[in-house]
Amino acid sequence: MPDYETFEHDVLIIGAGGAGLRAAIEASAAGVRVGLVCKSLLGKAHTVMAEGGIAAALANVDERDNWKVHFADTMRGGQYVNQWRMAELHAKEAPDRVRELEAWGAVFDRTKDGRILQRHFGGHKYPRLAHVGDRTGLEMIRTLQDHGVHQGIDVHMEHTVLSLLKDGSRVVGAFGYERERGRFKIFGAKAVVLATGGIGRAYKITSNSWEYTGDGHALAYEAGAELIDMEFVQFHPTGMVWPPSVMGILVTEGVRGEGGILLNKDGKRFMFEAIPENYRAHTADDEEEGWRYCQGHKDARRPPELLTRDHVSRCIVREIKEGRGSPHGGVYLDISWIKQKMPNAAEHIKRKLPSMYHQFKQLADIDITEQPMEVGPTTHYIMGGVRVDPDTQMTRLPGLFAAGECAAGINGANRLGGNSLSDLLVFGKRAGEYAAKFARENQHGQINTNDIDSAAREALASFERSNGENPYAIQKDLQETMQNLVGIVRTETEMREALEKIGNFKTRAKKAAVTGNREYNPGWHTALDLKNLLTISEAITRAALDRKESRGAQFREDYPDKEERFSKVNTIMSKAADDSMQVRLEPLPEMPDDLKQIIEENR
Amino acid sequence: MTATFKIWRGDAKEGGFRDYATEVAEGMVVLDAVIQIQAAQARDLACRWNCKAGKCGSCSAEVNGIPKLMCMTRLSELPLEKPVTVEPMKTFPVIKDLVTDVSWNFRVKKKIKPFKPRLPDAPDGTWRMQQEDIDRVQEFRKCIECFLCQDVCHVLRDHQMHEKFIGPRFLIHVAALEMHPLDTEDRIEELRSTQGIGYCNITKCCTKVCPESIQITDNGIIPLKERVVDEFYDPLGWFWKGLKKLLNR
Repeated sequence: MPDYETFEHDVLIIGAGGAGLRAAIEASAAGVRVGLVCKSLLGKAHTVMAEGGIAAALANVDERDNWKVHFADTMRGGQYVNQWRMAELHAKEAPDRVRELEAWGAVFDRTKDGRILQRHFGGHKYPRLAHVGDRTGLEMIRTLQDHGVHQGIDVHMEHTVLSLLKDGSRVVGAFGYERERGRFKIFGAKAVVLATGGIGRAYKITSNSWEYTGDGHALAYEAGAELIDMEFVQFHPTGMVWPPSVMGILVTEGVRGEGGILLNKDGKRFMFEAIPENYRAHTADDEEEGWRYCQGHKDARRPPELLTRDHVSRCIVREIKEGRGSPHGGVYLDISWIKQKMPNAAEHIKRKLPSMYHQFKQLADIDITEQPMEVGPTTHYIMGGVRVDPDTQMTRLPGLFAAGECAAGINGANRLGGNSLSDLLVFGKRAGEYAAKFARENQHGQINTNDIDSAAREALASFERSNGENPYAIQKDLQETMQNLVGIVRTETEMREALEKIGNFKTRAKKAAVTGNREYNPGWHTALDLKNLLTISEAITRAALDRKESRGAQFREDYPDKEERFSKVNTIMSKAADDSMQVRLEPLPEMPDDLKQIIEENR
Repeated sequence: MTATFKIWRGDAKEGGFRDYATEVAEGMVVLDAVIQIQAAQARDLACRWNCKAGKCGSCSAEVNGIPKLMCMTRLSELPLEKPVTVEPMKTFPVIKDLVTDVSWNFRVKKKIKPFKPRLPDAPDGTWRMQQEDIDRVQEFRKCIECFLCQDVCHVLRDHQMHEKFIGPRFLIHVAALEMHPLDTEDRIEELRSTQGIGYCNITKCCTKVCPESIQITDNGIIPLKERVVDEFYDPLGWFWKGLKKLLNR
């Protein structure tokens, strides 16, 4: 057996975004030795790109807010297929997690009386998002990073995990490589936390960076854990559409929270046209009421632009499909109109949305204080992920935990904006806490060196093919397939076609060839990432096929309505003995009466 | 149209520029061209990137000799009739191609005394701060840690004083902590000694390259220098401190 460098930690955390860092801080505070592995440099994970804010019922701006309303909003947004216990814990604990960030040095925007300011966001009844302009994610990740590095966490930057190591059913570590030199490493751990984020790179138009290849989802699945709700992929309504090179880059929902409106090419504010039944009582009757809501008038209801993301995305797609889109295949998002309503509107926009101003000015030559933006849906987030215990975040494999985007349950069929950052904090902390507890109660397991040798051989195979396929080309073809066939509007025929293509891509991925050597070789990294991308693409497609209805982020053209028989089930996927992907529907756990009552009271 | 990019290829031992011709389209940035070249012509071309929107600070490089984020540098700003040179940051050791070893920055940061808040203002454990009191700190906290300011700073770039000077990035980090209304820690002594603030002679090169337009020198470094002076070089200050000590006895 070749010599592999070996590290031992009590708790190994894979991923250093909000969830991974928060888990690392908690585990480390519990007195165990923590290792943190991340694919990029520390502080560059996708959390840094989150813009709008952290949802937490602090009630600083509207004293009517409390955890119950936040819980009800989250469940309504998720079309009631959320894991109720996670939604409950999340709503209850988010305020403490935000206040804790302030104690660690975060500097949120303030209310007039000096408390943390909160802004409006889609699907939240009251202004609930603690924020820093439109760079909240940066504030959050930097706060966690700066707090964390003083706790003695061992950080392995620019490392990729290839597989989880098992001792029987228990997960006892991970095997991976260092990107810089290409050397293999073994990480032995008493407990492992997956915090790897999302899957956006499976799609052509995405707000996600190269990192989001579904690693945690695929690692857990391969090791024998279950995935749930994989059909629910969130297409954020507002990504940039022009110029082509920036297509998909996120335009924060905060633009709409500050009063931005959506218009079609005829200048019509189309969002007033189709308001879903379950939101009718919460939505403004006219434009004036919508504006007053954004200005904080407590008697006003939200403008339709602040309905949930799944709905807004579909309305935008409808406008484009019916020929009312903007010149570059989007619609208009206009914040400049607020100058009719307030003095110094340009200054106000620059202060509340500085990075949006900057982004459009520099990348698209658009001054958003003067001109509307062109926007369209972009793959942003996956509600589905690794199935975990709601309290401890442990998967069905002992010693394996998951938190953040790669775990699932809290969001159901659609996530509300702002609930992601709070999810990372609440469940990152819980995962860290329970992983540390597990590590204290268990010894290191046995690592099987045969598994490692075969994983290493597999990882190096692409170097031995001289005339194989370009891994970038396979990735691009997969992205086109998922975009076109398993995107916002889905049908059985197209998804069957996608499955067939994914099968072909798997064959092609086995022939991928790499040039150069193992040192910092992105071609090789891309070839290795294909495996996870293909696994999660198949999972999304199979789950979407089996949910024969439209709900939340899943829209089936062949089953355009919600169906009663799917209203109380999750899709669960696991790997069968013959390596095939099994999908089954499983009833949701029964919600206790007190929570049912909260939902009724907030209808 | 086709444009030529002279990209530095190599490692710590050796390297040089290689020419790549690639098709360019409206709206493209330098990073788009590099990624396009990577996918089609040079699969093992090493570069870092993440957000592609100027928010993560990963894709720092020198474009036509100027430290820039590749994702925010439009090709339309560059004279494309000549080849565009793209090379790694010079202040840090090269790992491969456009990727440099920036680990020194992480080590420096770890040595800076962390945030230490005063006791909470309210019984529920929260604080009160006015927006105008945090505007300056928020400006500093916009930093995306791209390290372009470190790259351009001649104390580091030309004189390689990495052991004696923490560089503009971390002076701004210290400034953000020192000016934080809740912070109670004192970092002035090490600013003068181990962190070497005196080596900065205010040429403002760092401010010029900052993609977040942070006024590094005027708003951060100069006020810190004044605090150091007040603490260590001001006779009236000495007198006052001596008096306070006496009174405290």
